Amino acid sequence: MITRPLPFLTRASALAALVSLTGCKYSILDPKGAIGAAEKSLILTSTYAMLVIVVPVIILTLWFGWRYREGAGARYEPDWGHSGVIEIFCWGIPCAIIAFLGYLTWVSTHALDPYKALGGQKKPLVIDVVALNWKWLFIYPDQHVATINEVAFPVGTPVDFRITSDSVMNSFFIPELGSQIYAMAGMRTQLHLIADREGTFPGLSAMYSGRGFSDMHFNAIATTDDKFADWVSNAARSSVPLNTGDYVRIAAPEEKAPVQYFSNVEPNLFNEIIAKYMGKAESFHSGVKE
Amino acid sequence: MSPDSLVAHHGEFAEDHSHEPNNVFGFWLYLMTDCILFATLFAGFAVGRHQYAGDVSGHDIFDLKYVGVETALLLVSSSTYGFAMIGAYQHKLNQVLVWLGITFLLGAGFVGMEINEFHHLVAEGHGPDRSAFLSAFFTLVGTHGLHVTCGLLWMLVLVVQLTVLRKPLDTRYVNRLMCLSLFWHFLDIVWICVFSLVYLMGVR
Amino acid sequence: MLGRMTLADVAILDSPIIMAAGVFMALVVAAIVGTITYTKSWVYLWKEWITSVDHKKIGIMYIIVAIVMLLRGFSDAIMMRAQQAMAYGGHAGYLPPHHYDQIFTAHGTIMIFFMAMPFMIGLMNIAVPLQIGARDVAFPFLNSFSFWMTAVGAILVNVSLVLGEFGQTGWLAYPPLSELKFSPGVGVDYYIWSLQLTGLGTLLTGVNFFVTIVKMRAPGMTWMRIPIFTWTILCTAILIMAAFPILTVTFGMLSLDRYLGMHFFTNELGGNQMMYVNLIWAWGHPEVYILILPAFGVFSEVVPTFSQKRLFGYKAMVYATVCITFLSFVVWLHHFFTMGSSANVNAFFGITTMIISIPTGVKIFNWLFTMYRGRIQYTSMMLWTMGFMVTFVIGGMTGVMLALPGNDWVLHNSLFLIAHFHNVIIGGVFFGYMAGLTYWFPKATGFKLNDSWGKASFWFWLTGFYVAFMPLYVLGFLGMTRRMNHYDNPQWTPYLWIAAFGALIIAAGIACTVIGLVVSIRQRHLPQNQDVTGDPWNGRTIEWSTSSPPPFYNFAVLPHVDALDAFNETKKRGLEARETPVYSDIHMPRNTPAGFIMSVAAGIVGFALIWHIWWLAIIGMLGVVGTFIVRSCNDDIDYYVPAAEVARIEGLHNARVAQLELTHVA
Repeated sequence: MITRPLPFLTRASALAALVSLTGCKYSILDPKGAIGAAEKSLILTSTYAMLVIVVPVIILTLWFGWRYREGAGARYEPDWGHSGVIEIFCWGIPCAIIAFLGYLTWVSTHALDPYKALGGQKKPLVIDVVALNWKWLFIYPDQHVATINEVAFPVGTPVDFRITSDSVMNSFFIPELGSQIYAMAGMRTQLHLIADREGTFPGLSAMYSGRGFSDMHFNAIATTDDKFADWVSNAARSSVPLNTGDYVRIAAPEEKAPVQYFSNVEPNLFNEIIAKYMGKAESFHSGVKE
Repeated sequence: MSPDSLVAHHGEFAEDHSHEPNNVFGFWLYLMTDCILFATLFAGFAVGRHQYAGDVSGHDIFDLKYVGVETALLLVSSSTYGFAMIGAYQHKLNQVLVWLGITFLLGAGFVGMEINEFHHLVAEGHGPDRSAFLSAFFTLVGTHGLHVTCGLLWMLVLVVQLTVLRKPLDTRYVNRLMCLSLFWHFLDIVWICVFSLVYLMGVR
Repeated sequence: MLGRMTLADVAILDSPIIMAAGVFMALVVAAIVGTITYTKSWVYLWKEWITSVDHKKIGIMYIIVAIVMLLRGFSDAIMMRAQQAMAYGGHAGYLPPHHYDQIFTAHGTIMIFFMAMPFMIGLMNIAVPLQIGARDVAFPFLNSFSFWMTAVGAILVNVSLVLGEFGQTGWLAYPPLSELKFSPGVGVDYYIWSLQLTGLGTLLTGVNFFVTIVKMRAPGMTWMRIPIFTWTILCTAILIMAAFPILTVTFGMLSLDRYLGMHFFTNELGGNQMMYVNLIWAWGHPEVYILILPAFGVFSEVVPTFSQKRLFGYKAMVYATVCITFLSFVVWLHHFFTMGSSANVNAFFGITTMIISIPTGVKIFNWLFTMYRGRIQYTSMMLWTMGFMVTFVIGGMTGVMLALPGNDWVLHNSLFLIAHFHNVIIGGVFFGYMAGLTYWFPKATGFKLNDSWGKASFWFWLTGFYVAFMPLYVLGFLGMTRRMNHYDNPQWTPYLWIAAFGALIIAAGIACTVIGLVVSIRQRHLPQNQDVTGDPWNGRTIEWSTSSPPPFYNFAVLPHVDALDAFNETKKRGLEARETPVYSDIHMPRNTPAGFIMSVAAGIVGFALIWHIWWLAIIGMLGVVGTFIVRSCNDDIDYYVPAAEVARIEGLHNARVAQLELTHVA
């Protein structure tokens, strides 16, 4: 016998917890940028669309289970096994919902494509991202500065992240701003994000990458134009330059790497990091020692 | 169960309809899975075929005349196997053995030439560890060669069974010859794909 | 001499947890060996089980492997949940990262390849030949070989616990992380070779069952009279044949990278890691359906039987199954929307993924309307089914959410994803297999599983599942990504403690299953537990028309099938089967040790390759090929059971049934 609708209670409490989360920090349901906001509303829309069918199915399951239990004396038709009308609904309702969601998929996938530049008046800020073992290197090609495990950008300015890896596959992710994208050696992926509010948001690798993976996070600082300019000039004052030779040193594997700033970054470094996997084996080696 | 009380049953399958046709059908299905295996290797080759990484390309290493002879050996061996099967259906053991012998020599010649080609490439420093293209090339062609080698071993086992072990050339062994025949023709078809997609398209 | 193996590789020496596990394993093995020796059962075991080609016994052995590996995989799960609950804000937890990373890799690998797959193949071995009225599978010897390959693969995984290490790459071993440069140890090699061995076994099982179902159905069983479970197994066999060769090649390429320095998936010299990800999921997504379709099949047997009513929309069910089979090959890219494909490609695969939910939804409705106007008996099997229906629609919903690329870009690789696939694999696959185990257990053994313990197990599993995984959905929204061995966000901790508690509830569920098994075996002789008639549930399909356990030849006289739910029709017409049948000689395969020997030799090859002990690998390979050749020279592989012997066995069974009826009358 079904005695208690236990799954319901558990789910209800989980749902309550979920609702209470919307005010939380560090959360996908509290986005701080346009992309994240669109993705949050997409999650909610698609969930509601499916609840239209999921809730009735759950209720019907429990209701039929109760109504037609042995001994309840409900109508019993052992040889009934087909009904054209019901079959039309069985196929029709899922088709209708999937048609809606399919439309939503097509539109939203194009609208939120990580490769698509964001509109707006301001010129995008280009930031090159390199996933290393087990830290993130951010290169500002126009500002000629670079950092480890900290990235800053002005609020309201679209950011054009160009991403690669000089090691294994990683996934570049700032949950509160929206989409993530893989970082892969010898290749450049791209991610356009924007922050609408000031703040410091945690960023991380969402793809397991080995021993130091759990500590492979960084801070993403969204700030005003002025403060961003200050941040850049502060980084530019760093006495540590970053050219090809220095790069080999800093690319060595390291866990829990502290924030570092670099000035006088070699202009073509990011492309060199990608290009070295294109040629023969004699080009330089980095990362884990063989 | 206690087999003592049960009547033992040896060999004679002619009147039994339940198992033997399944063997050929089952083997054919296995060949279909093998087909997917090769399709995957071809996909791998398609991805890597221009990734020379500064090393040689197909144009540099393929000698179409040499590969043409290889191809001819394998194609002819398919016909000779066909003659062996005609003999098998007529239950003419000697005819089967002679044609199998010729097929074996042709197949062994094919494998020998392939090993020679691989050996030359490795000796000249173009081994499978030099580039993605060479990895994919060695693996695809080598997997085919490994299959042919298995086919040769199988042929050898069948010949030994039919001669040394004096197995009768009955439905059971005709079916086994039939399975090997399917295998051999299948490898021929795969080789035609290898020849066109790897060698012919590679030299351009 | 021993390749790269040194004394330091005996992992048991340096970690207390592994030492404990190793000692425990040694004790269990010693206990088993001791018991067998004490009861002088070695000969029996060899003759009746190890060399058996009987599909029913092979099925039982598969399920034993599955249950043992469930315990192993679940202890990994408990350790992971405990670690994540403890390792916050500067606490490192109790597991070293090196060990934790092996555990989550082993957990996924074991649960999919060595728990779910053997469980499913065990069920299909027990049920399919009986459901279609066959005397065995098409290739009984290959069936034995397939089983032992799976068993040997499972043994290799367990050897890695004490000798060397397991992979630390996640259960799909994405390169370049799994390449020699980043994973120089033996862990990935253990992973590759154990899966190659079991994968080959699975592939042969696929061929075997496809031929069995296509060629060996009882007279009169047309396509539209095949029981749904057998239909799902037919589709599963197609998926296995189409998908597993891809896995073999993918792992083959990875091995060539690791062993011969090739460049299929390396960063350097033109290797392409994206190809691995595509290939592994071109296998991996069909694999998901290989697991779930048989579970759907079980539900389609359980619901009509315990609603005492015919299945609603049989044909729709068949078409839906076939639709899912073909669609499952055009959705693989949804596992990596974050790799940077174009919007068109992502949207295409998002939509195909959603389309799969249509036939799946149809199935749910069909079960629902099978219950409608039925007379539902609440056995544990029906509880598993209803638990599945409620849980699975939630898992389906989160699955469709993830199928929208826009959603996936924030939820990919998060604990939301983990919660989703456990939602469908526990709530769908595992619940289905548990229902199937309880359902066919009396058929395979002749006695029923204790249903009270079964129900207790269900309730613990159901609540445990919700308590353990609903918090993970929430953690996904909180931005927690998978595979972390520690973290510094205190907000996550309470949810992880709840999840750990949920895992404990599930542990209680597993304990109930194990206790239920022990209790049932001990009380198997009680009259109420015996299945004398062979039809304990008032079943509808012909596997219930023979005795339990069936004689080794399954059916004394091959049944003639003239309807869907043929046995139910026969019963409605009155048991005309009572008239004395005419027996004839039955053709059966002989037992053979060849499958066992070849698999052990293949296991030696795998072990030797893992440790680079080349001479041993060559010896093992010779063992495999040599045994196969010797086997092919042996003509004495089958025999006829004389009609008189059949009559004797059937007479004994009929006498038992008659006596039972007498007791009932008395």
